[in-house]
This record gives sequence, C-alpha cells and structure tokens, in this order.
Amino acid sequence: MQVKEYKPLIVAFCCNWCSYAGADLAGNNRLNYPADVKIIRVPCSCRVNPMFILRAFQRGADGVIICGCHPGDCHYTSGNYYTRRRMAALFSMLDYLGIERERTRVEWVSAAEGAKFAATMNDFAEKVAALGENKRLEDLRCKR
Amino acid sequence: MQRIGVFVCWCGSNIAGTVDVVAVAEALKNEPGVVFSTNYQYMCSQAGQDMIKQAVAEHKLTGIVVCSCSPRMHEATFRKTAAAAGLNPYMVEIANIREQCSWVHKDMVTGTEKAIILGKAAVAKVNLNAPLTPGESPVTKRALVIGGGIAGIQTALDIADAGFPVDIVEKLPTIGGKMAQLDKTFPTLDCAACILTPKMVDVAQNDKIRIFSYSEVAEIKGFVGNFDVKIKKKARYVNEDICTGCGACVEKCPMKKVPNEFNLGMDNRHAIYIPFAQAVPKVATIDPNACNMLKNGKCGLCAKVCAAGAIDYKQKDQIIEEKYGAIVVATGFNPISMDKFDEFAYNQSKDVITSLEFERLTNAAGPTAGKLLRPSDLEHPHTIVFVQCVGSRCDSCAEKGKEYCSKICCMYTAKHAMLTRDKYPDTEVYVFYIDVRTPGKNFDEFYRRAVEEYGVHYIKGMVGKVTPEGKKLKVQASDLIANKQLHIDADLVVLAAAIEPDKTARPLATMLTASMDTNDFFTEAHPKLRPVESPTAGVFLSGACQGPKDIPETVSQAGAAASKVIGLLAKDKLTGNPCIASSNELMCNGCSACEKVCPYGAITYENKEFRMPDRTTKIRRVASVNPAVCQGCGACTVACPSGAMDLRGFSSAQIMAEVDAICK
Amino acid sequence: MHKNDNLKAEILRISGVNPKKCMKCGKCSATCPAFDEMEYHPHQFVSMIENGDIEPLLNSESLYRCLSCFACIERCPRSVEPAKLIEAVRLSVIRKQGANRLSADDIPTMIDEDTPQQAIVSAFRKYSK
Repeated sequence: MQVKEYKPLIVAFCCNWCSYAGADLAGNNRLNYPADVKIIRVPCSCRVNPMFILRAFQRGADGVIICGCHPGDCHYTSGNYYTRRRMAALFSMLDYLGIERERTRVEWVSAAEGAKFAATMNDFAEKVAALGENKRLEDLRCKR
Repeated sequence: MQRIGVFVCWCGSNIAGTVDVVAVAEALKNEPGVVFSTNYQYMCSQAGQDMIKQAVAEHKLTGIVVCSCSPRMHEATFRKTAAAAGLNPYMVEIANIREQCSWVHKDMVTGTEKAIILGKAAVAKVNLNAPLTPGESPVTKRALVIGGGIAGIQTALDIADAGFPVDIVEKLPTIGGKMAQLDKTFPTLDCAACILTPKMVDVAQNDKIRIFSYSEVAEIKGFVGNFDVKIKKKARYVNEDICTGCGACVEKCPMKKVPNEFNLGMDNRHAIYIPFAQAVPKVATIDPNACNMLKNGKCGLCAKVCAAGAIDYKQKDQIIEEKYGAIVVATGFNPISMDKFDEFAYNQSKDVITSLEFERLTNAAGPTAGKLLRPSDLEHPHTIVFVQCVGSRCDSCAEKGKEYCSKICCMYTAKHAMLTRDKYPDTEVYVFYIDVRTPGKNFDEFYRRAVEEYGVHYIKGMVGKVTPEGKKLKVQASDLIANKQLHIDADLVVLAAAIEPDKTARPLATMLTASMDTNDFFTEAHPKLRPVESPTAGVFLSGACQGPKDIPETVSQAGAAASKVIGLLAKDKLTGNPCIASSNELMCNGCSACEKVCPYGAITYENKEFRMPDRTTKIRRVASVNPAVCQGCGACTVACPSGAMDLRGFSSAQIMAEVDAICK
Repeated sequence: MHKNDNLKAEILRISGVNPKKCMKCGKCSATCPAFDEMEYHPHQFVSMIENGDIEPLLNSESLYRCLSCFACIERCPRSVEPAKLIEAVRLSVIRKQGANRLSADDIPTMIDEDTPQQAIVSAFRKYSK
C-alpha cells in the first residue's frame, strides 16, 4: 500500500478589514504559501468562537491560526483585544488537553502586510507539519 | 433546502492558469443543495452577470456561489446581480479562488484541490444563508452641540449655515469659552475678542441656533439619528427674555467681594453679574452662593432697580426635553491645578501665576486694564521668568501632571514673551524650555522673532525651585547648554500649566457611551481617517475634548465635525448594515456579558413577558440589540454563555459549516 | 557608543534606574543644592551613564559631593531618579576598590542587639561583590 504524503490541514480565521485584505495582498503580489492553509472570513477576529476552533480540531484540523488587526487598529475599536485574551485562555486549555502550543496561534496582520501574511503562513504550516498529524481531539464519527 | 447555483470564473488565465475550472464546477455539482454549476471566462462582465440572472430564473435558484476573485473586489457586484435577478443580495457567497488560491499556488493539482474545498465551504455556508434586509431608522434633523467655546460656536455656525437647527448647551452664563479670556492670538497677534465676539454675535442672531446658557446635559437616551436629551437649565434668577443687560442691577448690588471666575479670581465681581461686556446672551445671573436675598431673604436691591422687572428670586431649575439626530461634543479644556507643584511656590506667592492668569493681566478688559502689574503690589515687574512644561510630559506621578505634551504652551509663551518685550522693553524676559515645539504654519518664524527681534532669553533647562524672598522671587534653574546653575531674582514667574479635558467630559462620555482614553480625552473612531467622529455612531468631536489643540486647529476640526453632522442630517433615513447581532430571547438569560463587551453600547436589556410551558407567564430580562447602533463585529456572540447571541450573515452555524467543509 | 557595557549594566541593575526615560529637561540639576560643588551634575550622570561614558564619573569628586537629599528624585518629571544612579556609581567604586570585604560567613559574628540589622544588610550590599 502506498503511503499518502502527509499534508497538514490548517484553518485560518481572518478578519475582514485587515488580515483578509492582507491575504488578498499576498495574492496580488504572488507570494506563495502552502495550499494547506484554508481561510475563513470573519468580520472581526473577536467573532471567532472557541467553539469553532474545537470544532476544527474535532474534524481533524492540524492547526488553527487567527489573524486580526494590529492592537489599536481594530476596525471595531477593541475586538482584537478580546481575541487576545480569549485565545490566551483557550490555548492554555488546549495545551492542557495535549494540543501543542505550536498548533494554535494569534497573529496581527494589517491590510498592508501581504508579505507578513505569507511569511506567517509559511512558518505556521512548517511548524504544524513538523508536529505531524493531530489526532488528539479528532472524532471519526464526523468523517464520512 | 436551498437551490444553489455555482458559477466558477476563469478570470481569463488568472484563475484558469492554475485551477482546472471545469473540474471545480464539476466537483461542486454534487454538493448538497447545488442544482446548477457552470464556468465562464469573466463572471463579472455583463455577459457573465447575465448568465447568472438567466440561471436564477431558469433553475429557480435561491442561493448563489461565485468562485472568483476576493469578495472585497466583486462581492458588491454579484450582490447587485442577485438583486436584479430578484434574489435577496445576501444570498450570495464568494469563494476566493484567485487571491487566496490561483495566485499563491503554482501547480494545477494543488490549486484545483484547494479551489474545490473553498467552493465547498461557500456552498455549505449558502445552505444556511437567510435573506437579510438592512434596517432603517428616521433621522431627527436637529443637532446638539455641547460646549459653547470656539469649537462649539464654529460647529454650530457651520451646521446652521447648511440649514439645520442647532442647540448649544453651555454650562457657564455666557458662550465664548477659553478664547474669550485670551488677549492676543498667535501667530498673527489678532486680539481674541476682535475675532471671537463677532462670531458670538452671529450665533446669537442666527435663527437656526438656540443657546442654552447656564445649562447642563442631564440625560441622553437613544442612538444615532434619534437621541432623546434632557437639558437642565439652571435657575439664574433673572428672566432671560426680559433682561436687557443694562447692568443697573450689577452696579447697585452690595455684595461686591465675590471672586471673579472670568479673571481667575484676580479681582472681584458682584453677586449679580454679567461675566464680561460682550457676553452672549448678555443677561445678568445671580450667584446663589453669594446673594443675600437668596441666602437669607434680606436685600432685594437688584429687583428694585431693574426697570424691566427681570429679576425673579423664585426661579427654579428647568428641564428641557428635545430630540436630536446628532450630538457634537465640544467640552474643551482647563489648565491643571498647580497645587501639587510646591517647588514653584504657586500657593506661597501671588506673583507666581499661570499663563491663563497672565493672559488676563495683559488683557485690556482684565483686572489691571491691560497694564502688566505684579498681582501682589501692583508694581511693574522688571524681570519675568516663564517656565514651560509645568505638568506636561510628566509621568512621575499621575495626580501631579500629565504624560502628554499640551501642545499650545510653546506658542503662547513665545507670544507672552514677545508682547512683554514689545510693550515694556525695560523688562528682562527669560523662558526656560525643554524643547520648543512649533510645528504650525508660521509658528517657528514667530518663535524665532521673539528671540531675534525682541531679545527674549530662551534658556534650555528647567526651573528647579522658586523661593519668595521679600519682594523678589528667587529662581533657581539649570542652563544645560552652559552646564550652569542659574539664580535669577524675578519679579514675576509665569507657569505654562498643562491642560486637561474639562471635568464634565467623563460623566458626559458615560451618558453618550462614547469611549475615552486614560487622560479623559474622547477617542476618535479612527486616529487618522475618522478624527472627528466618536466610535459611537452619531457622536462627533470638536476641539480640545479630543486632544490639546490651538485655535486654528480647533476651528478646522470644528468645521470637519460640522460637515460630518450635515452629512448625517441630510439623510432622511439611515440604512444599516444587515449583518448585525441578534439575540434569541428564549435562550437569553439576561446576564449582561454581551452588553459589557459591546464597544458601541448597542445592547440594552428589557423586561419581557414570556409564556411558560405550564401556561403561566413570567417576566424575564433579555438582551435586545439596537440595529441602528450595532456594527456587526460579533464580540457579543462569543461572550454570550448561553449561545443566544448570534451574528446575521456570519452565524455560528454558517462558520461551523465552513469549518466542517474545509476539514472533511 | 558601546564601551563599558558591563559596568553600565551593573550600575543600572544596582540602581534600578532606566536612563532612557530622561527627556533632558535638566530639572534635576536645577534643583540640586550641591550643584556648584560638583564637576559633573546630576543630569550629566544620567546621560553619561546612558552613553557608557562612565570612567570620568568613577574618578570624579562629584560622586561624594552628592548629599543624597533626593530633591532630584522628588522633582524629576519622568521618574528617572538621578540620585539612585549616583549612589550606584559610588557603590561600584567601593566594590571595585575593596573586593570582598564582608563575606556572608562574617555576618553571624556581627549580630548583636545594638547593631541595627538594616546596617548589616546595607554594609553587605556595599562591601560585597
């Protein structure tokens, strides 16, 4: 039996105003990053419910990254501060559950930082790939 | 079940070069809900849009997925197409297979694979989309300006000029603010009264503007376009409509020893007073803390001499209720208290004064009729020391000073120094500075003139100590360039006190749910691009309430705030963003978690009657989102412990469906 | 400008002062009662230490002219605390000269009812490396 080459599955939540635009800029500038990264658009990083992250891990994601506006630049004034605090709490809980810290990340990417977006995704994908598959929370009943 | 049409765009070769568009369209055909799937070279072209419209009609589509460029590019286009085809525009979702797929991946296999997954996620989301309609709310075409200084005056005049009625609320008996107290204005040295008082008269004569002087805002309810405001008009014991401002009552009033606030307590006024000759409205006000008649019923002289019969000792505070579409905050600033700066002996000597007191001392209408005299013995001072940055740029102790630069002191000190040397060439003038900051048009030239033409001694260093000794003030200071300690015998020391927001700003911000920084300056909606709007919709900022500002800057900001208000009031209805939060009342437990995180104050609570399963009724406290105020960030949805709060257009179910589709 | 990095680090560690906070207003020197006695003045201590220009300070009498009245600390608008820096320079001179004059083992023998413990602690800080 041929072993399929391992490809990590990464979910990226990007806020509409900064990071999603940053991802678009990375595209405009043709900056490569792994296709393993799939972006979900949210209005603000503070829209990301910890539930979404748990869901992703339950369905077999290997890494989850949340991108928002830089502190002080949030389109909604304070959303990214909520994100920072909520995710600090969630990530430490995930760590306790055995999901390595390298599999979760919060990053600030502005609409002008296409290069940073690509670099961040390359770095994150590399670190997640190095950890291998994440089976800790996966629920096979969710797989068809 | 939705009937979804999938439209895959080639974008010429931009997408088709790295993504097998035919394969994508084919793969998405089998997704749940999809009844039609196709591909085309340029979906955004007229032909592409017509193709979508035709498909909607032919296949009775209820939802559309366009796999194309970024939604930031063409989401609006395709929403319009959907609307033209008779669909709700919010039934459209875009899968971004250009910027986030074909342009960043190199080979066809990975590109196609990822495009299919992104398409699946969009299909999964559309399956849960619901038609959305933006809310509409009416706009009350009247503006409220809080504060009657130069900022409030300019904003009110500009709004009235556009034809909208404006009310000014001023807490003092007259409008005019700090600028009315100034002598001359930098950098052109026009006299403040000569340029301000005509504007005050314009305000008084403008039939679109009402002035509520000696009044305070007591309560603010409502939201953008629909504010309900209660204004407390304090009793001034004089009928404003009858008083002619003749001043006969003031002359006869026997209580002559009340410190005059307008001259910062450097002289006295009567218990009944008109703050200054050009006051607007020019009516008398009785100070209830000083008037004998009001305190113990003995006197009544003013009522006897008033020919118009305007005195009314029985007047009561009055509450005025009014509706407004927009509110402008123009609460201004005050110099900080010098009580904590013992080293400068402000409280020990009358001859140590603040710069605002210096303004009054040199003002022709001031306590010395414009002659520069020492407050202690009314003698002409021969050596004057100006100290800059007193309490500004100071982080050592929060209750003492302010960490920020007060911005206006460098220029007014240069003005004071220059004017002193101009009028009294026999006076030696020293200015101790840390930095001289003159970033304004003709500002640095002005400061250099003070040094080069008027011979003001600018010394880089700070004053460490002022000791009153006999008639002199011993000033000990450092001269950093000469690396010396200087000892100067001064006759007058002038402190450039830091400025801080008015004390009424903080309670006002609470009423408005407008945000403030740690220094109590109002926060703007965006520091660069929306400098005159508060993050709270319908609230605008004018003048020094937002940060230290000089007059030219204040006036330009006041005009900018007015233009934003006019833009709002010109609308008949406000159309909101339909992607806003909404609460499921049956799940809401009234915990207030959402209210606390909302940056806009869009969430309120109401007690509602619910019918319980056992047919009893129960009153429960539930959250309700104001659609005109909510901006749709979603912070509340995550804070909600019961999951009652959700965001339309980005619901939890929709985002989870996307997660599922990606992770399958 | 990278000379004396170790000495600078030691002085900053002993004093707990961050000279970068200084905005060069000179209020410390303006307020100093011993100004005329000093070759290097309080504001110079702050900027010279920040620049790593410490040798002249070590050899200057100015070190011992400071009265430790703390007026500069009281008045500094940026909480830089120049007197603490001067004290730290004094301490580093003493430590350099005397090496280990007081070892931890000596201390039990010095404890008696009349000597305040604080004096022993401060002597240990001053005379030990």
